[in-house]
Amino acid sequence: MEHTWDFAAILANWRVLWVGLQGTLIVFAATVTLGLGGGLLVGVCRYAKTPLLRLPSMAFVEVFRNTPVLVQIIWFYYAFPILTGIEVNPFLAAVLGISLNTMAFSAEIYRAGIQSIEPGQWEAGRALGMAYQQTLRRIILPVAIKRILPALTNRGIEVFKMSTLASVVAYVETLNQAKLIADLNFNPIESYTAVALIFFAVLYPAVQGTYILERMLRKSE
Amino acid sequence: MNAILRIENLHKRFGDLTVLAGIDAAVEAGETVVLLGSSGSGKSTLLRCINFMETPTEGRITLHGRLVGEERGGVMRYRESELCKLRTRIGMVFQHFNLFPHMTVLRNIMEGQVTVLKRGAAEAAAKAREQLARVGLSDKADEYPARLSGGQKQRVAIARALAMDPDMMLFDEVTSALDPELVGEVLKTMRRLTEEGMTMVVVTHELGFAYHVANRVLFLDQGVILEQGEPQQVLKEPATQRMREFLDGHSLFKLPD
Repeated sequence: MEHTWDFAAILANWRVLWVGLQGTLIVFAATVTLGLGGGLLVGVCRYAKTPLLRLPSMAFVEVFRNTPVLVQIIWFYYAFPILTGIEVNPFLAAVLGISLNTMAFSAEIYRAGIQSIEPGQWEAGRALGMAYQQTLRRIILPVAIKRILPALTNRGIEVFKMSTLASVVAYVETLNQAKLIADLNFNPIESYTAVALIFFAVLYPAVQGTYILERMLRKSE
Repeated sequence: MNAILRIENLHKRFGDLTVLAGIDAAVEAGETVVLLGSSGSGKSTLLRCINFMETPTEGRITLHGRLVGEERGGVMRYRESELCKLRTRIGMVFQHFNLFPHMTVLRNIMEGQVTVLKRGAAEAAAKAREQLARVGLSDKADEYPARLSGGQKQRVAIARALAMDPDMMLFDEVTSALDPELVGEVLKTMRRLTEEGMTMVVVTHELGFAYHVANRVLFLDQGVILEQGEPQQVLKEPATQRMREFLDGHSLFKLPD
């Protein structure tokens, strides 16, 4: 079968896609902040000595790491309101699903980073009279986060692409808007190709930027 | 007696393993006490019990005449906040330096002062420079630890501990990870501290340091103090067979006089 590429309808509707990209960026900003920030919290608790913090955070990680994000988004949108009576809009459902999943994954990255630090660093902090929290914040985490930065940026890239899952609850983001164009213009091939191109165009330079950042951090050692 | 530190009936067990089996000792102000013993004798554990890096299983530690912890129902209980405060008054230097790799030398020495003692940045920096000068590394203030030799790292670690104005310093095999040619500069720094009147407890394998610098030597074996006394006496005329074996092992390949 021959296909004649025709992007005219895409270009004519660039505003529709632009609105979608904005939606994508908003979901990304929310989920990457909550996901990587909350992950730090869970990761630290995962390493805590007291079971009161360790066990719930372990359970959290296992639940959200072992269930699909797509299912979580759908569940928060359709099931959660019926079970709790709390209204959940598409944005909130998407942010909850993606953030919680990212928290679970990044928690494991943070934990690995913390565990990679030589025990002597903890000892040195302790011997100076620093409390656990102080040693963690000032001695352990700065070095640990530097070490796991490649893994964290990788997660960030994943999170950006995961934002397309929000389309399942009809949140206005790039993929959802492309679907709209495809439905109206009968050009799914061009529409979805455009989505792929847009994601590549945003991510590729961003990833190059993280490489530069990593090189700079390595040099400062 | 002007004992800064008193240790009574100290026991430490790790599960079934008894590492310390009843230690009684005292350290006077300005004294340098060297702990000797083969590996597994308990000397490092004893040192680490002094600043509660290890919690004793049994026994009492008194610092400046004040009992550390509280006795409740025949068992000693320790509050972490009390131990943190105690650790600020006891400096510790480790075998593997444990400098903070993400901080410059100056920042390393400022860290405890700022975070724990709540000194201002200017005061802490001035104090850090003063201590750096004391260990002869004033020109390294802005270097990162990775750029220093082992001996320099260890002297920075000593400066970091000194900057807290401790009452006492603990040294845990601080030359064991160094190239032989770098051992001297660290030992010289430690000797200077002794001469300045710092109270020190030193775990080391450097018998020469023990002989020339220590006021007193404790020889540990299987978790108890087997011999103690002035180094000239204990090292020259050991009273026990075990101590003789230990000394023979150390001087097996000595150069002839």
